[in-house]
Amino acid sequence: MKKIEVVQNVLEANETIASRNQQLLDKHRVFVINIMSAPGAGKTSLILRTLTKLKGRLNIAVIEGDVASTVDAEKVQSEAKSVVQINTRNMPESCSLMAVMIESALKDMPLDNIDLILIENVGNLICPAEFTLGEHKRVVISSLPEGDDKPIKYPLIFIDADAVIINKMDLLPHVDFDIAAFRRSIAGLNPKAEFFQISCKTGEGIEKWCSWILKQVETHAMER
Amino acid sequence: MHELGVTENIVNITLAKAGEAQASKVLKINVVVGELSGFVPDCIQFYFDTLSKDTIAQGAVLHFETVPTHLRCRNCSTIFHPKDTLWSCPKCGSQSVEIFKGRELYIESVEVE
Repeated sequence: MKKIEVVQNVLEANETIASRNQQLLDKHRVFVINIMSAPGAGKTSLILRTLTKLKGRLNIAVIEGDVASTVDAEKVQSEAKSVVQINTRNMPESCSLMAVMIESALKDMPLDNIDLILIENVGNLICPAEFTLGEHKRVVISSLPEGDDKPIKYPLIFIDADAVIINKMDLLPHVDFDIAAFRRSIAGLNPKAEFFQISCKTGEGIEKWCSWILKQVETHAMER
Repeated sequence: MHELGVTENIVNITLAKAGEAQASKVLKINVVVGELSGFVPDCIQFYFDTLSKDTIAQGAVLHFETVPTHLRCRNCSTIFHPKDTLWSCPKCGSQSVEIFKGRELYIESVEVE
């Protein structure tokens, strides 16, 4: 018997493709945000609000990740520059987008005519935390009906987030969600995360969120 | 939920390393899994048995070493193992913590003949 020392990260294959994706995106000056949340927290609604708000300012494309269906892609179709729907049902992994899926989606997109790609990941707070896609910023949405304990239950996804959003602020009078406690949990896990309180229904906070995006895209373009 | 792709990577890495060493059989694969990583060892073994079929890794045993979660307090630098889901420093009570250990997922070594 012989023992071979290996010490190789099992996720390396994904990370290699992710960094290749980012190089391609940087070459074309495309900024990418990976939007993650539990199912129903408002990823599609946020994308729709963002598309409407930034229309005429940025050319935005969307990559939709879902286990099945094209309903989300159909919803954003009219407002986005380009939409690619990825269905993960028949892929080896259905619980999260992976770098290799983004690699093939990018092949179908007119990258030179795009400033920003919003990736809607599969609704899930566990698996997407493990896989980078080549994005520049990672954003996690929590919505009020989910409760304020999600950062405690699913710390990894919040630890790596560049921005954390609370959505459905319009429901605050109807639910027991302690915003201060939620913010304390985030501040403990990830003090650098940007924080937004929004309502995709009323439009509250969308202005601030979109200003943040504009600033990120501008900074990125200047660095290239 | 996402163990299939991960197991494919384990099989690929193992076969590459065993090939380099001109091994004829893989006996054991030592994998290090952090407690916080979302990977389920039983699930990886299940996929492994199917994916390694008809390769020199068929029948190999996967041995998992679990790394317990260790956090570091950003306030007083104490490193501790959290006893519950509330991550607060046992020394100063701060909830500002970072992960020190527990996110690992790597192949430590492969035993071949």
